[in-house]
Amino acid sequence: MANITSNTEAQRLTFWERIYLPEIAKGLGLTLKQMFKPKFTRQYPEERWIPEGSYRGRPVLVQEEDGERCVACGLCSRVCPALAIEVRAAETEKEKERYPEKFEINMLRCIYCGFCEEVCPEEAIVMSKDYELVFGSQEEAIFGKEKLLVPVAQLQERLEFLRQWR
Amino acid sequence: MSTTDLIIVLVQAGILVNLMLVAAAYMVLAERKVAAWIQNRIGPNRVGPWGLFQSFADVIKLYLKEDVVPAAADYKFHLLAPIIAIGVSVTVFAVIPFTPPVDIGGTLYTLTMTPNMNIGVLAVLAMTSVGVYGVALAGWSSNNKYSLMGGLRSSAQMISYELSMGLAIVGVVLIAGTLNLVDFITWQSENMWLIFLQPFGFILFLITALAETNRAPFDLPEAEPELVGGYHTEYSGMKFGLLYLAEYANILASSCIMAALYLGGWDAIPFLDDAAILGFPATSIPMVIIGHVAFLTKAFALVFVFIWIRWSLPRFRYDQLMNLGWKILLPLALANVILTGLGVYFFN
Repeated sequence: MANITSNTEAQRLTFWERIYLPEIAKGLGLTLKQMFKPKFTRQYPEERWIPEGSYRGRPVLVQEEDGERCVACGLCSRVCPALAIEVRAAETEKEKERYPEKFEINMLRCIYCGFCEEVCPEEAIVMSKDYELVFGSQEEAIFGKEKLLVPVAQLQERLEFLRQWR
Repeated sequence: MSTTDLIIVLVQAGILVNLMLVAAAYMVLAERKVAAWIQNRIGPNRVGPWGLFQSFADVIKLYLKEDVVPAAADYKFHLLAPIIAIGVSVTVFAVIPFTPPVDIGGTLYTLTMTPNMNIGVLAVLAMTSVGVYGVALAGWSSNNKYSLMGGLRSSAQMISYELSMGLAIVGVVLIAGTLNLVDFITWQSENMWLIFLQPFGFILFLITALAETNRAPFDLPEAEPELVGGYHTEYSGMKFGLLYLAEYANILASSCIMAALYLGGWDAIPFLDDAAILGFPATSIPMVIIGHVAFLTKAFALVFVFIWIRWSLPRFRYDQLMNLGWKILLPLALANVILTGLGVYFFN
């Protein structure tokens, strides 16, 4: 390798920059200024963050007055890249209509990609704002219908977001 | 020395050692708070008001932790290293006079472990050199490559920077003409603070003190990204706590020594006679309290500077560290000694 004679550190820096101390003083001044700026910390358990409608939290099933919207077509289960959703269909009394007898999402597998929501023809499964998911065991992490069904009133913001942007 | 004097000194020593360790524990909290502020965060605020009991919670946690020793480690030396580390940093405190002499019944007392020790500065230099043993031994006895690297780096670094530190001190010793820290501070309160005569020496001492206490930007012995935790990687429980505490105690000791050597120690107002201005006799109790507060203010201001520097500057590379120590700081320290010597020769 040839000796480098141009653009060396000695050429790039002025004398005052090369003795470092004034530059260090500048840096210290900067950090001192930062100390008195407003803080960004959110005091979490007391002060919670409320996400926007665009937020993809825990997937939930939409519940109307007369039961769930889901018709158990199984598309969500089919599209799920993490194989987290299991649906078992059953017939209703009405002609050519089905409902999910069993609908389970394994929250340990779910990756919150939102494909289930995107593929759903009935707008029956949507992503909620719920981001505080804690389980004590693996069994607890499998959410059945009783945990998944959420009244439609609570999901309005997400449904509007989907209609506007999807 | 009579028995009463001995008891007084022992009681003082007991109080001072405990206060110092508590102060070192609180410096961990201070470090976290300042780090948080610099990064626009709040910092610990859950344990007690304003996070004030965080230090105690940390210490209790460390006591309750399991003491894990690696199977291949040399158990005896593994145990000895933190003891040396903390012992040395406590010994450095022995020579620091925290208050001006106070007149109680015709005898002068000072809040210190070794009253009027006339080799104070030498003792400080000696003990900081011994401090290397704790770190080097911790690294070596862990039988872990990262720890060993940390220990080796620390030894090399401390030996290199000790020279410049000693030479920086020679400057002030030449001017004040004493090694006794009490005389040092008395000289400064009678004349002027030595930082005004030796500003260059002060900067040299500050830089070398950063290197001696293994603080950022010279914290290579424990450079987290390269060496995991450096010499204390294989320590857990209170042994780790002692190494950690020793580190902070060293910072406090360096700050106290800088306050005593350069910033006039317990002298509250530079250039002027404090006792005359405040209207108290020089060895009365109010003067002692003012002096003590002044000393601690200076010491903790310097501790803040240490923390502030840590959270502002990136770490040096190892070759940069050695170049700075041997090629820049040592010649500058020698030049400082020569110039100071000439100055003292011509002005006296």
